[in-house]
Amino acid sequence: MRYRFAVRVGPYGFRVGSDWRAPVAALEHLYADYPKPRDGVANFTVRLEATRSWRRFVRPSVNIGGDWFLAEAAPLPLAHGLLAAEMGMNLQLALGGRRHLLLHASSVERDGRALLMTGESGAGKSTLSVLLAAAGWRFMGDEFALIDLDTGEVRAFPRPVSLKNAGVAAAEQAWPTATFGPWLRGTPKGDIRHMVPPSDDLARMDEPARPALLLFPRFGSPDEVRKVPRSEAFVRLTQASTNYTALGWRGFESLVRLVKAVPALAVDYPDGASGVAAVERLWSAL
Amino acid sequence: MKAAHLLVRALREPQSVADLDASGWQDLIGVARAEQLVGTLAQRLDGLTLPDAVRAILADATVTTEQGRVAALWEAEMVRRALAPVGCPVVLLKGTAFVAAGLAAGRGRSVGDTDILVPRAALPDVERALLAAGWEWVKPDPYDDAYYRRWMHELPPLIHRERDRIVDVHHTILPLTARIRPDANALIADAVPLGNGLSVLSPADMICHAAAHLFADGDLSGGLRNLWDIHCLLDEEFGTDGLEQRAARHGLRSAVLRAARLAYDLFGTPIPGGWRVRDGLDPLFRRRLLARDGWGRGARRATRFGFYVRSHAIRMPPAMLARHLWTKWRRG
Repeated sequence: MRYRFAVRVGPYGFRVGSDWRAPVAALEHLYADYPKPRDGVANFTVRLEATRSWRRFVRPSVNIGGDWFLAEAAPLPLAHGLLAAEMGMNLQLALGGRRHLLLHASSVERDGRALLMTGESGAGKSTLSVLLAAAGWRFMGDEFALIDLDTGEVRAFPRPVSLKNAGVAAAEQAWPTATFGPWLRGTPKGDIRHMVPPSDDLARMDEPARPALLLFPRFGSPDEVRKVPRSEAFVRLTQASTNYTALGWRGFESLVRLVKAVPALAVDYPDGASGVAAVERLWSAL
Repeated sequence: MKAAHLLVRALREPQSVADLDASGWQDLIGVARAEQLVGTLAQRLDGLTLPDAVRAILADATVTTEQGRVAALWEAEMVRRALAPVGCPVVLLKGTAFVAAGLAAGRGRSVGDTDILVPRAALPDVERALLAAGWEWVKPDPYDDAYYRRWMHELPPLIHRERDRIVDVHHTILPLTARIRPDANALIADAVPLGNGLSVLSPADMICHAAAHLFADGDLSGGLRNLWDIHCLLDEEFGTDGLEQRAARHGLRSAVLRAARLAYDLFGTPIPGGWRVRDGLDPLFRRRLLARDGWGRGARRATRFGFYVRSHAIRMPPAMLARHLWTKWRRG
């Protein structure tokens, strides 16, 4: 394709081909500190293509294609080309990843042990992971937690953090020195800005961690902690996984092992500071 | 070398991948994925010395097709249970048949929908039994529904509401509007029982069906995989004995011979010397089969468009086609 970009995030390499220069330029800026795919061969392909050849120039509109795609996915305007690339990369891993159980979760690490946070969009798992990283935890990822099917360990997938609306201000305050991508305003997901994870954490992206605690955080409610039974954690994680069904028996085994190995807690928190405090308190009580 | 040629070469002579550089590998994997042959490629390259990244990618592909095989066999069993009370023969077709019968064509093959063949007279009972067992219409539409029932070789697709898997119920192997009319009774009468209440087509009929699917129906998209199926059936399973006569009975002689010639040309399939004649159209089919670039995109737009037009022209007579397209266009 006309413009190309390749990057490795944790165990997975991606290549992005684009009909336009702009999305590739944005990716090069955001992923400047990341390694290239192993052996020069990417696991997944993303294509950013004009919906019609003349739409490369007139009201340019980006179709997200690749090894895997959703027929019903609507094209995005070129101004949101970076978002299209990010969505395309997420989609490839979500539908194509088979080496790990993929959980829609953020993860941070301390002393070789990982904290997993999962929840619906808006629960604050991205923001909380950034705030914890600012408080000294290693940032492992805000989108997918990768559970190794053989070892049960968590593998880091530290993509640039996709921050939405109010989360952007919180992250800018916590990490004033961080590199941010351009503002993407008025996207289908609201106003978005990407933040590059700390370079120390990127340098350690190949270090796995043993899962130690599973949290279901919920932002905006008074402080409260509730124990989540294994059965409930199991069911909620099947829903939070993008490839649980596709992995068959191995996915089941891996998820059972996870919920047996780590305690699960639902944590309500009114604001970022009390969220971080609650996590620190629960972590030290382990 | 062009990406699609890389794939053909790697399937035909696995050792040939030794000379690939990173971009060659990337193209090969890209085109193999797009042609749904990456699981097959993984099987073919198994045991060779490969770059670590490539080995990991192919291992993932194997996990995918292996789970696909398990799911396909389970789905076939679900169909068997649902249709057992009907008491009619149920013949598995295409990918499900290859994996259920343990054929070489099923090794590493991705299997999507469950395709079955039943006697036309049994269709109403089969339909009722499947609906009662949890399948439902994919997208109910009165025109499409009427069109399928009157002119197609299959019921409108049914999807299972819990397992999210599609079953295509055929009563023959080509649309009723096509000029060629295969002998559906013979297909069912000569089917080979698997011993579990399900059957697969006889060897020659399996090849006839694959060739019909490739050249007498559709626009050849995904055709490389169909041709690889045919190669495996001819080369590793059944050979060509009696095939020409059987194909002639179904009106598929020319499709089967073309499939054999192209399989010989691309994959080196052994075929009788008398079949290796020159055919003016073969290069065009070959060109269409290889219309894919290393990014997985369709290449050769004009060729693809030509075959798209052809797929409609061979499917139905012109006046009927005009009416059909007009109706579809008006409905958007």
